[in-house]
Amino acid sequence: MIDGLVTLAYLVAASLFILGLKRLSSPRTARAGNRMAAVGMLIGVVAALLSEGILNPVELVGGLAVGSVIGVFLARRTPLTEMPELVAAFNGFGGAASALVAAAEVLRGMDPPMRDISAAGETVVNAPSLGVAEVAVVAVSVLIGSVTLSGSFVAWGKLKGKKGLSGFSGLRLVSILVGLGVLAVGTLFVLAAGQPVSAFETVGTDATLWLGVLGALALVLGVLLVLPIGGADMPVVVALLNAYSGLAAAATGFVLGNYALVISGALVGASGLILTRIMCEAMNRSLANVLLGGFGASATAASGGGDSDQPPVQSTTADDAAVMMAYAGRVVIVPGYGLAVAQAQHEVRELVDLLQREGVEVAFAIHPVAGRMPGHMNVLLAEANVPYDQLIEMDEINPEMGQVDVVLVVGANDVVNPAAREDETSPIYGMPIINVDEAQQVVVLKRSMRTGYAGIENPLFFKPNTQMLFGDAKETVKAVIGELKTLQAA
Amino acid sequence: MSLALFVVFVLASFVGVEVISKVPATLHTPLMSGSNAISGITIVGAIVVAGAVAAPWAKWVGVAALVLATINVVGGFLVTDRMLEMFKPREKAAPETTHAADGATNGRA
Repeated sequence: MIDGLVTLAYLVAASLFILGLKRLSSPRTARAGNRMAAVGMLIGVVAALLSEGILNPVELVGGLAVGSVIGVFLARRTPLTEMPELVAAFNGFGGAASALVAAAEVLRGMDPPMRDISAAGETVVNAPSLGVAEVAVVAVSVLIGSVTLSGSFVAWGKLKGKKGLSGFSGLRLVSILVGLGVLAVGTLFVLAAGQPVSAFETVGTDATLWLGVLGALALVLGVLLVLPIGGADMPVVVALLNAYSGLAAAATGFVLGNYALVISGALVGASGLILTRIMCEAMNRSLANVLLGGFGASATAASGGGDSDQPPVQSTTADDAAVMMAYAGRVVIVPGYGLAVAQAQHEVRELVDLLQREGVEVAFAIHPVAGRMPGHMNVLLAEANVPYDQLIEMDEINPEMGQVDVVLVVGANDVVNPAAREDETSPIYGMPIINVDEAQQVVVLKRSMRTGYAGIENPLFFKPNTQMLFGDAKETVKAVIGELKTLQAA
Repeated sequence: MSLALFVVFVLASFVGVEVISKVPATLHTPLMSGSNAISGITIVGAIVVAGAVAAPWAKWVGVAALVLATINVVGGFLVTDRMLEMFKPREKAAPETTHAADGATNGRA
């Protein structure tokens, strides 16, 4: 009876997850949706705590307490610009947890028979040996969970900008070998675990050993899979790893016969996969291209403009830019990763306020993959109190670009590179971009003429209606603000 | 292992696809963070295993899983809330009146 109630509680929890995620589709209801999902999680946890057979309450409370303290600490203390790497790290923890739970389920087989909750909600005694199906799913769960763990931490490292995290020659070969190894060891594990051992043990030490090797190999595989992917593609990778952690949870759910895990894992798996697809479409590249390290590999097909002889660029000063914008009717700001690095979002907000007081209409053009994660720019600007209806998606703003007087590009490069539209030999050809070159005037805030993540030249900088404003974004924007204030006082 | 679980898995996947497809790009980062928190549902499995098992190995592996899953859950929901807290609609006061008279606003409902 208790078991039936527990399963119903899991259903309630999963329903709250679904409803919560649905409310995430509008900024007005998003926060409530998140809370709803959190309540669902609480219900699931309480139900699990109340399900029969809890022998170790002290360890449970201890584990929950330690985890909560660490979770609160990390969530509160991490600056908003480091959110992507934090999400990657959490994701890794979740994947690891799924793998460990599945492994523990195998290890518990070395104990006298325990009570168990079957999928149908009835209490049954552990069968003398785990079936082939269960064991295979354990292998899958450990595999996916481990890959998620190590892959997420490589992604974390790349997002943090740690050096040395790149592919090496022969990486593909090593990856294939490790992949084959994983398959081989997995098979060995399934075979070993299928052997009945004794009346009490359900899984022998051989099987446990193979499971350990499987986990280790999967960790290596996770590293190898993420290592060659370029830093600019980390958003896609994080979305994909998110999906993997969901699938790992679902697999563990199959092992335990737990509906909460199966439903929620499927939800998260689907969410991550859809997001991955959306982001690949935004870059106009296939997932295969991203995973095989598309950009890093082919820097050969350099788009227009030679390496050494660049045509001169028009460069401008803060006061010229200030005048240009003050007398504009419509200004659009295109933020990019450089804005996040310079932490200039508050200054930009101040600039926008000043311009609006002049009667200038200001909006932000947000490219789907600007920044480290989708919506990264949105979070950054929201932190600076920019109202979210001032943020316009690329597809909405592109048709109106011709009527924009001044575009201010702050730390964005590839997302405004017209080569994606015009140059068929360019590696980014076909990627949808924000057509800033169609505006009357473009001012590009940049530290130097160095290339962006795609490693290619940007013909935008050399166009006649473009001016470059060199310097650190924060300092430059502050200078422009200063000039604007002088103008307004005059 | 039950077929019912598999049926539920497939149906839940369809639900996931439908529910997630409607989220605007603006909210993709909180979405990733929020769904990441939900994937911490593993915490439930960790509780069942760590709590119901006497075998020392299995128990401590379960507890380790519990700690990690709890970090994922607690940290994940808090971080998502932090991000969502900042999504404020435009204040209804002054900014509207100082806009240029050409009327083409970018406001969205």
